Amino acid sequence: MDIKEIIKPENRVYGKTELLTDTIMHYCPGCTHGVVHKLVAELIDEMGLQEKTIGVAPVGCSVFAYNYIDIDWQEAAHGRAPAVATGIVRMHPDKFVFTYQGDGDLASIGAGEIIHACNRGENMLVVFINNGIYGMTGGQMAPTTIENMVTSTTPCGRDTELNGYPLKMTDLVAKLPGTSYVTRQSAQSAPAVRKCKRALKKGIQNVLDKKGTSFVEVVSTCNSGWKMTPVQANKWMEENMFPYYPLGDMKDSEKGEPVSNN
Amino acid sequence: MEHKTYTMGELRLMKGNEVLAEAAIRCGCDGYFGYPITPQSEVMETLMERQPWNETGMVVLQAESEVAAINMVYGAAGSGKKVMTSSSSPGISLMSEGISYIAGAELPCLVVNVQRGGPGLGTIQPSQADYSQAVKGGGHGDYKMIVLAPSSVQEMNDFVDLAFELAFKYRNPAMILTDGAIGQMMEKVELSDYKKRWTDEEVIEKNGSWATVGKPSSRERNIITSLELDSAKMEENNLRFQEKYRKMEAEEQRCETIQCDDAEYVLVAFGTSARVCQKAVEIAREKGLKVGLLRPVTLFPFPKNTIKELAPKVKGFLSVEMNAGQMVEDIKQSVYEAKIYRPVEFFGRMGGIIPSPGEVVEALEQKLMQEEK
Repeated sequence: MDIKEIIKPENRVYGKTELLTDTIMHYCPGCTHGVVHKLVAELIDEMGLQEKTIGVAPVGCSVFAYNYIDIDWQEAAHGRAPAVATGIVRMHPDKFVFTYQGDGDLASIGAGEIIHACNRGENMLVVFINNGIYGMTGGQMAPTTIENMVTSTTPCGRDTELNGYPLKMTDLVAKLPGTSYVTRQSAQSAPAVRKCKRALKKGIQNVLDKKGTSFVEVVSTCNSGWKMTPVQANKWMEENMFPYYPLGDMKDSEKGEPVSNN
Repeated sequence: MEHKTYTMGELRLMKGNEVLAEAAIRCGCDGYFGYPITPQSEVMETLMERQPWNETGMVVLQAESEVAAINMVYGAAGSGKKVMTSSSSPGISLMSEGISYIAGAELPCLVVNVQRGGPGLGTIQPSQADYSQAVKGGGHGDYKMIVLAPSSVQEMNDFVDLAFELAFKYRNPAMILTDGAIGQMMEKVELSDYKKRWTDEEVIEKNGSWATVGKPSSRERNIITSLELDSAKMEENNLRFQEKYRKMEAEEQRCETIQCDDAEYVLVAFGTSARVCQKAVEIAREKGLKVGLLRPVTLFPFPKNTIKELAPKVKGFLSVEMNAGQMVEDIKQSVYEAKIYRPVEFFGRMGGIIPSPGEVVEALEQKLMQEEK
């Protein structure tokens, strides 16, 4: 018997958006991707944008994002999602185009493409999942890996003498005149999820209003890569990631407005 | 700034690179994404001066790198529209990863390579050293591009439209493989008539079954990807690609034969070296040597059928290339497939040097006629 037949409509308080497909997600239990996928799908549904939306999937854990949200998708090469999205949005200036990228993809191999797409103010939303690690390939150091954090390629912890410093992409793109809304969010608790959804909604609305690039970072967990339980991972993120990657809006303006140096 | 405007079918004296830009606008191209590199920068410069976004609505964008440019082409090609890029040898190497993705995702687009000498940074002088890169794949994986080799400024005009036609027919990237000589050369050209860009409705009608244009509830979502982790399915994909490439080989071989009817020896050359060989044929004929020229127009599919037809009638082939001998392998393969033995020799110059007609005739006499004497 289908769940819709069991629960009477008047008793229904929550339902999965139709835009989230029934495909079983490959994400690990506790992973932030599932939550953010749901938020993106809900917003596209609630804002009536299915026929207007083209998503660009990255390389990394969310490489199969196109299996989970029922919209048109194009799969990009590692790091190239902002260039692919540029091509799409220049052909379809009235569509809602977004990229969904992890930190290995966006901050390392794709650092050039994201900086230039943001600097041109491409009219699109960038959803940036930052869990400080390469999840898909087995937990190697990413540019975002925080100091002393243990990964499979920094078994003694990230040494800034050897590996340089954790890269704050969101701070970087906030300085560019092409971006209109730049924010850092998280999704580890109900209030955080609600805030994150509001931020994503604002980013989408900005694209519809042709305000240039909106950039939403979600500080995330990778409990498998971090070798922790989901609960431990959330706690570790709050205690170790948030001090280096503080949450909140970094920029909320119109495209092309002068950028403050503060 | 005053903009040059050209009327239909008008004869003009233009540079090869400028003609590529003009032909793109006239054939209804929707987007060009490029990055400056000598000797092809005039393509984007001409487009930016012409400002086709005001005239036909064509988008022209200067990317931050060749890597970004080809990925913009990949994204834009996914929209089902006519999009292109152009570059020269080192830039094409950077684009090769993206071309592999485009071939793997089965998207149509046009890539122009105005070749210069390599390897590495090499030289900015003309070369044909990217033949193998163009016809054997270039990027990773088993894929092919349709490769057209113009040998005149007129063909720079004509092949833009043809390349798009073939790219969409096969949903495959097509390449115009030319070189710095033809790109920089000014010649008489009859420009094509304007074709209207496809409307959004036409794009959906023609390519809506695969293009990412936003999913209506009436169809399944369109996903453009080259990824397939199930080996059995990935092999199926590869078999489908190979079937497509065999169909191209069966239907799209194009070449020009000059004085081959009574020829005892046939020069095989494309692009700039074919122009040199045309003169070499004249010199050889004056000397009483029965020499003809086969000029491949499609490098992939290679005009094997014509080689196979000629092989029994001639004493040998000389491949004349501006590289260390790349196309010669395809000629040997074609002769082998004809199940007949004929000598296939090679003569070429490298590093940006164009061989002289006299050198070609000399090489022909030394390499193929020596034994007879």
